Amino acid sequence: MRRYGFAIAPEQVSRFMQAVTLLGPRSMADIREAALATLAPPPDRRDEFEAHFQSHFYGNASAVIEGDADEETRIKDDGGADDERIEAEQKQEGGELSSALEQLSSRDFQRDDDSLTAFRRKLSSALPARCSFRTVRTHSRGKLDLRRSLREIVGADGDVPSPLLRRRQTVPRKLLLLIDVSGSMKLHTADYLKLAHAAVQGADRAEIFTFGTRLTRITSALRIRDRDQALARAAAQVDDWDGGTRMGPTLLAFLSVPRFSSFTRGAAVVILSDALERGDHAELEIAMRRLSARAFRLSLATPLAGDPRFQPATAALRAILPDLDDLVDGSSLAGLTDFILSLARPAPAAATIWKRVS
Amino acid sequence: MPEVNAETVATSPEAVAERLAASHYLADESLATAIFLAIRLGKPLLLEGAPGVGKTEAAKAIAGLLGRDLVRLQCYEGIDAAHALYEWNYQRQLLAIRHAGEQEVDIYDDRFLIARPLLQVLKAPEQRILLVDEIDRSDHEFEALLLEFLSDFQISIPERGTIRATAQPIVILTSNRTRELAEALRRRCVYHWIGYPDAEREAAIIMLRAGDVAEATARAVATAVQTIRARPLAKPPGIAEAVEWANAATILEKGGSPWPEAFRRAIGVLIKDEEDLSYIAPELGRIVDEVLA
Repeated sequence: MRRYGFAIAPEQVSRFMQAVTLLGPRSMADIREAALATLAPPPDRRDEFEAHFQSHFYGNASAVIEGDADEETRIKDDGGADDERIEAEQKQEGGELSSALEQLSSRDFQRDDDSLTAFRRKLSSALPARCSFRTVRTHSRGKLDLRRSLREIVGADGDVPSPLLRRRQTVPRKLLLLIDVSGSMKLHTADYLKLAHAAVQGADRAEIFTFGTRLTRITSALRIRDRDQALARAAAQVDDWDGGTRMGPTLLAFLSVPRFSSFTRGAAVVILSDALERGDHAELEIAMRRLSARAFRLSLATPLAGDPRFQPATAALRAILPDLDDLVDGSSLAGLTDFILSLARPAPAAATIWKRVS
Repeated sequence: MPEVNAETVATSPEAVAERLAASHYLADESLATAIFLAIRLGKPLLLEGAPGVGKTEAAKAIAGLLGRDLVRLQCYEGIDAAHALYEWNYQRQLLAIRHAGEQEVDIYDDRFLIARPLLQVLKAPEQRILLVDEIDRSDHEFEALLLEFLSDFQISIPERGTIRATAQPIVILTSNRTRELAEALRRRCVYHWIGYPDAEREAAIIMLRAGDVAEATARAVATAVQTIRARPLAKPPGIAEAVEWANAATILEKGGSPWPEAFRRAIGVLIKDEEDLSYIAPELGRIVDEVLA
């Protein structure tokens, strides 16, 4: 199991043996139950765990599968797994992942120096803030901190020195970037990923997902400080470069995972996409409405807005415009970084602005 | 309910399942095994699953099964030692210092210590059941704070030293999995993922939990709820909502509404999201008609 990236501690192994003894074992089912209870595979890797179990205890080698092949939108989420597991995933990747509908390819990123360092430095303090339940010491405008004040009093032999105060801390809101990597965004994805790397490095809590025909969480890859390494690893994780877009279904799939959808609550959500949805846009509309209800601010940055003649005229854009707080130009890195750094400042709703423009 | 020895109750997973059923909680084989192992190995039990699958109820049922008090710690963002472990009663300490005058006063005496849930269960003379509810809502720092407690059933108070459990508590942690828990925490626990039950089990749960619901109604509700859960809803209905739906529809039916109508009118207790309601409304009539056919 360890070879396949399941982090199993020695104490879990001995507990597994104890559990097997306690249960009898009367059948193989008991051993399986003991393994599930004591080795605790994460729910999203349960199928994989079961397959390895079958393979080991029943000698059923064909049972070792990778995920659910029928699942329409694959959600790849390494959930803090170690390098070993990422390696295992890379080895398992192959032709079987592709289908007639998808165009899978890989990409290398060239290093180019830009002004992202300044963006990274400013980001944490520029994001919108909220009041936390945690408290910090303050010299004025706070509540009396009895715990520390009492220590002072005892230290001062009963004298009452100036009381110590605490007030609730303000913390930056979470930042969620959803990057469209479909064919129509080909020219911009490299820049967007550089921006995403700077965001993960600069913000306290940032999450990055890419979407095209699939949804991929690349936050952990972007945590590597060296940008070339981080982008290379992210590039290897994403399978659906330059393919089609299924924005609505992918965003709905994103929202259906509690861990992901909970991240959107109270967060600044920025979608980097042209929002060119093929066919029916009903699902995109639902997804955007749900995102908008959860997020503190929902923004769509589209490279199409770089054209001065741009109007949100497509049916999909018209439908989602009332849910958007911002619809901005995403054609240049400089414009995007300026926009993200301005997220804390209030602005009129996107629908109002575009009504004024048209 | 009289207190019983945990080891005499947990003789096998089947015995645990039977006892839980007597406390009106239907556990499947896997959950009964996990509870059995947690009790016998003396390890905390970590229950994960979607909201509304009965994680908190499981903890209450275990307390009922052993006839012991349940101490509940509800987690939230920002929860810390002062809320979970202990706090000094500063006002009383100040008063004591004032009254003592020139005399010595031990301000870290027991009478100034306010025991919060974790300390309460450690100090209790009998074994207690501790429910740490929705641990995924707390911060990572709080999880780390729990580690000492969960592995050794002891906590350290700087002014007083280490306090060990008089009787080792049975600890149940629940998580809705809104974030990944630390490996160190998972490692210390016996783990179980509670999924939604199948239609048959859900019907049995409804029969057991609802007040006065006919078997046919319970089966219809269970089947309809399975169909509704398969839709991409923002908030899929939990088991408690299914029980409420069966109850509400029965009350409406007794009040004079014919069957399909009673189900449709009571939908507000099953689906509590306006968007989900408008999504499911066009199909609801067909779903209800199908399950009643």
